Amino acid sequence: MNEPALGGLCQSELDRSDAIFRKGNTNCGGCGMSITLQMLRRAVGQRPIQMVIPACCGAVAGGTFPQSTFGAPTLMTTFASAAAAASGMAAVARLNGEKTRVIVLAGDGGTFDIGFACLSAAAERNEDILFICYDNEIYGNTGGQRSSATPQGAVTSNTLEGKLEQKKDILSVMAAHRIPYAASVSLAHVEDTHRKLTTAIDQTGFRFLHVLSPCPTGWKSEPALGLELVRLAVRSGLWPVYEIFDGKRHVVNIEPDFSDEALNMYLSLQRRFQKSGLTAGDLRPAIEKNWQNLRALSGRIVPARREG
Amino acid sequence: MSLELLSANHGAALAATLAARANRKGRGFVSGVYPITPSTECMEYLCNQKIDKGHVVRVESEHSAMGVCIGGAAAGARTFTATSSNGLAYMVENCIAAATLRFPVVMAVANRTMGPPWNIWADHGDALMLRDAGIIQFFCADNQEVFDSVLCGFRLAEDSRVMMPVMVCMEGFILSHRTAQIDVPAQAQVDDFLPPTEVPHRLAEIPHTLGQIEIPHQTEVHRLQHHQAMLEVLTLYGAIQDEFEAIFGRRPPDVVVPYKTEDAETLIVSMGTIPITAERAVDELRAQGKKVGSLRVRLFRPLPDIEIRRHFAGKKRIAVIDRNIGLGMGGVLWQDTRVFADPGAVVQDYLAGMGGGDIRPGHILQMVADIEARTESGAPMLMETL
Repeated sequence: MNEPALGGLCQSELDRSDAIFRKGNTNCGGCGMSITLQMLRRAVGQRPIQMVIPACCGAVAGGTFPQSTFGAPTLMTTFASAAAAASGMAAVARLNGEKTRVIVLAGDGGTFDIGFACLSAAAERNEDILFICYDNEIYGNTGGQRSSATPQGAVTSNTLEGKLEQKKDILSVMAAHRIPYAASVSLAHVEDTHRKLTTAIDQTGFRFLHVLSPCPTGWKSEPALGLELVRLAVRSGLWPVYEIFDGKRHVVNIEPDFSDEALNMYLSLQRRFQKSGLTAGDLRPAIEKNWQNLRALSGRIVPARREG
Repeated sequence: MSLELLSANHGAALAATLAARANRKGRGFVSGVYPITPSTECMEYLCNQKIDKGHVVRVESEHSAMGVCIGGAAAGARTFTATSSNGLAYMVENCIAAATLRFPVVMAVANRTMGPPWNIWADHGDALMLRDAGIIQFFCADNQEVFDSVLCGFRLAEDSRVMMPVMVCMEGFILSHRTAQIDVPAQAQVDDFLPPTEVPHRLAEIPHTLGQIEIPHQTEVHRLQHHQAMLEVLTLYGAIQDEFEAIFGRRPPDVVVPYKTEDAETLIVSMGTIPITAERAVDELRAQGKKVGSLRVRLFRPLPDIEIRRHFAGKKRIAVIDRNIGLGMGGVLWQDTRVFADPGAVVQDYLAGMGGGDIRPGHILQMVADIEARTESGAPMLMETL
């Protein structure tokens, strides 16, 4: 498990001089949002940015008044209006000829659920915003309740037997808005993460990044294993890592080996899947279907699993 | 200056447009808008204006409309929106956020009944829902006043000693759709009246966070500052009236507008367009030799307590007309003003014109006859203004 922090990509001379997420913050150890923000620091470099954060763990991560954990000017908004406030900020930057990049950092609730109408509308208007969803698959801020991002079989504080339904395919929904750039991100693959963040920051129009964000507190997993869990999710095909350009061109970035061993490991290392007794076999049909679709869309016909 | 025939909706939008253009030397203008009857024509008009350094975002809900204004103000722009009724209710969360974040958003509200059951006609209940939110509230009596209040609203909201949203209320259809003459100033005059917007806490280069977590005593201090800033409005407004008059040649009405109150024994207190009808009734009653006066509360938040108390002094009977109902209690204007009456005075609440019912001079004569027959205050009286 000992590896150079973020593959050695972070904390180099190319970093932004001010950390975007400063030391002394209150995030749990192993939080995927912390890793995302450190990766963002490197990708942003010296570009001027402003951040918008709706109610989510990120709003708590900011620290208490008057100190700020964030090394960039940040506006905290109500739960459901991050994309709207970001639209306003981006408009003012444009009217004043400023190069400020407006970045929304939202949890799965502010993206998939309560924030969705607002997000969808901003995407449809093709606002000049980078919307990053750090998806920990629960309402982490309120102590871990079911969201439409919660995967099948996961126990949350209000689905004690495990959620029955599948997770919403948010990336396809966002792609259906025909936005210039949408991608899923694996924090375990640092070069890929860095490239996507950089692409998304420099692109104009609406960009959407979907980050699988390990949450040791909610996933009931070992904090040090966060990135390993992400890697297992990618390897098993559970978390497809791909990008969509203009809602049309699909590019798969990381080829999984579809190993049931990886999938079982992913499930068994998180206590949230224990109660439902979910196994790789239960999830496999949905994963295969998802990949068949993705193969067709990306035009790379490599079957997920050969018959026989 | 030019005289134009405009509805109050169009008047509010035109005032916002002139204010928007006046900020071309500042950080520009941003507005988020969403249609709802009867304020739709306000946003339509605004969307069709050409504004240098201005951008109107056609969003998917009122909640996001105010969200855009919050983002715009956070970036230092002048901001405006318009809504009504359930739209305002849907916007409430962000209205409160704009207030507690101390952003100078100006909003026009075409007062309409809350539903369902759906009713598109006038009722003050929608705006009064936000009575305690830290938003300055003007209730207007005519189209010119709506226009002038939007301009004064920007001036007040953006004053560094105030820094909070301003709501300009006009009754749905009664004002919002009524076409009347509005004296429209030249852009240069508006430029003189409205200096470029300065939001002192706006996001710039220095990393700081707006709206982050506070601990109890910090919130206490922030609420106190907000409250004090609201009270400050009562002293600042006079100077704004003076300056408005010097530039535009007419004076916006005072925070309360008395009509034949000096020697009155019975005082009719109301808001919005109702006082205009009350003033006609006063004339009729005066002709019969009755000592009746009218007091129009134009600024409802902050409530001009000293002014109201001064006008209430010595009055035997105070009839409060509420075009709203605080269910389980009574009219909101009555709740808020009855404490200013002399001890022993009869203060009677008349709930009238709710859901858009007409209030005609005859109704007011009926109320005055009722209160004159009373020896003590009664429970709020529900009037059917058929």
